[in-house]
Parts: sequence; structure tokens; C-alpha cells
Amino acid sequence: MPYPMRIRAQLHGDVTAITAIISHPMETGLKKDGDKVVPAHFIRMLTVDVGGKRVIESHLNMAVSTNPVLNFKVKGAKVGDKVEINWEDNLGEKGFGESVVSVPE
Amino acid sequence: MNRILVVAATALLFLGLAGAAWSETDGDDAQAQIEQYRQMLSDGNPAELNEMNGETLWKEARGPKKAGLEKCDLGLGPGVVKGAYAKLPRYFSDTGTMQDLESRLLTCMVNLQGFDRDELAKHAFDGTFGTPDLVAYVVGQSRGQAMSVPMDKPQEKAAFELGRQIFHYRAGPYDFACATCHGENGRRIRMQDLPNLTTTIGAQRAYTTWPAYRVSQSKFRSFQWRLNDCFRQQRFPEPGYASASTVALTTYLAAMANGATYQGPGIKR
Repeated sequence: MPYPMRIRAQLHGDVTAITAIISHPMETGLKKDGDKVVPAHFIRMLTVDVGGKRVIESHLNMAVSTNPVLNFKVKGAKVGDKVEINWEDNLGEKGFGESVVSVPE
Repeated sequence: MNRILVVAATALLFLGLAGAAWSETDGDDAQAQIEQYRQMLSDGNPAELNEMNGETLWKEARGPKKAGLEKCDLGLGPGVVKGAYAKLPRYFSDTGTMQDLESRLLTCMVNLQGFDRDELAKHAFDGTFGTPDLVAYVVGQSRGQAMSVPMDKPQEKAAFELGRQIFHYRAGPYDFACATCHGENGRRIRMQDLPNLTTTIGAQRAYTTWPAYRVSQSKFRSFQWRLNDCFRQQRFPEPGYASASTVALTTYLAAMANGATYQGPGIKR
């Protein structure tokens, strides 16, 4: 997979804390390499599904850092629920990662 | 007039005391918040991605010889990665030199995979050959292990002593040494507190959190990179990648950190 992703989803009480670490250059399109402008390349749309239900739909832009670390808190998930994260960037490339809700040790 | 002064002085004294009391709790609070911030960062360290890539690269058949690194001996026997970094640098009898992780990786990638040594060294920091990811993978396999750099062989003791001398050696246009900034408590560069690396606690804190993901550069940085950048900041000539002097300096710092639990890869501002 060209863009690996790490997802952790842990249940604390009735709140599930999800952390996603995504590998992505997140180029703004404003940076130059010598005389050449580095073309913009950033995640535009990111969705989070927990237990088959869409819980987050977020529009990201070039203001987000390289290799973004994203934290969400979701209510109502159970241990064993599948967490699926999909993204699409401005060049049409797509990324996917999944994990399962667990209880912290 | 005098009375007003006395009142003002009393008020100041009072404020002063109150201020002292404040800053004490404030300091504790700030410390706790910094700890919390560190905890949050370590929860989401992009170096995990480098570790994942590194593990894949380690096993992948690469280079002119189309071989993986499973037979690479990092000091604990061929292919043993777990805990190897906590016992590096060390003396290797097959090469007859002191080697840190990165110089040992060079040896393995040249001997097992057939890469060109100069090319590897030239691109060591830019990721062309995946060196930073390999480093991330190997050091991650020593997380939670106690640092125990061997000091048994005469070569290891000599490297430690040489490293200590380099650390205190003043040179360059600024007449600087590593010890100028890292040899005293409470020094800092801008807002960065600098560890005193001549003390056990300082060396332990610093060494166990490198290599690290540099947030401001969006890149994973190895220990050779760290030393290279220190040399640059001192306006020293650029040290050779994985050279004897950088390995000696690493030996000194690593052995000073002996006994501490290795926590890397870290994450830095």
C-alpha cells in the first residue's frame, strides 16, 4: 500500500477515542523546489465509519500537516465494532484503513 | 510620603509572596501540562508509519543481489532485531571496528544486498534507499528494553573515551564544543531546553528518545542525522556519515544512558 495508515480505537466508558495516523505528503502547492513549484497534493475528503455507520465526514485542506494525526471521539460504539477510514485527495488518489474498537489494557 | 512608600513596599512584599506561591503551583501545573502534551504526542507518532515501512523493507529482496536483511547481524546474531539497538554501538569482530546501528546497516546493505557504500552514505538522510525507515524499524524493536551498551572490550572503552574527548573538543569559527551547550544544566536554544549530556539523567532523557520524528520537518530523523546537524550548528566541517568519530560520539552518549529504558522512536517539535 503506498499510503499506510495506523488506526487505534479505544473505548473509555461510552466514548470511543479514535486516533488515525495517515501517511500523506499534504503538499500545499505553495512550496518551491528550486524554481519549480511543488504541485498541490492534499487530502480533500475523509470519512469515518464505525460499525457500518457513517459518523464523520470531514473536508480537509492544505492547512493540515504532512503525515496527519487525527483524533476523534465517538459515542455509542461497542467493543468489536469495525472502524473504517477512507480518504480521497485532490489528485483522485484514495486511501483506506481499518481497525476494531477495543478496550485499553 | 514615607507612609505611602511603606504601604507600597508592604503591598509589593505581599504581592511578591503571593507571586512566589503562584509560580510554584503554576510551575507544577505547567510541568503536568508538558507531560500531558508529551503523552498526547506519543499517542500519535507518525514514526509508527516509518516503522511499518521499515519492517517491510527489512524483509524485501533488494539491491543488485536481490536479498533481504534477515541475515544481518546487529550484534545479537544474524537476523536478531529485538533488543539489538539497546546494545549498540559495539565492537564487531567481522569488520574489526566499532559500529553504531547506521554503520552496521551500511555493512549489511553492502555485503548482503550489494549496494554501493558511497551511494548509501550520500543518500542516508533523504530516504532514497529507505535507510531512515530501516532505522525506525530496528530502534522500535528495542522499545521498553534497558540500555546496556557493552563496555567490555578495549575498543569499546577506547571509543567511549574518544567520544568524550570529541564532546568536549572546542573548535570551529565559534570556538564551540558539544559541551558548550550540553555540558551545563538549564541551558537552552530559544525555547528548547537542552539536556546536560554529561549527567546520567540528561543523557538518558535525550538518548532514549532519539531517533525521532521531527514535526517541524515532517520527517523521521536518525541519530547520525542528529549528530550531523549538531556539527552544522557548531559550524564544524561536515562529519562523514557513520565515520569513526560519529560512532565514538554515539558510543559515549549511548553508554552514558546505560540503565535507562529505551523509549524511541521519539517525537520532537
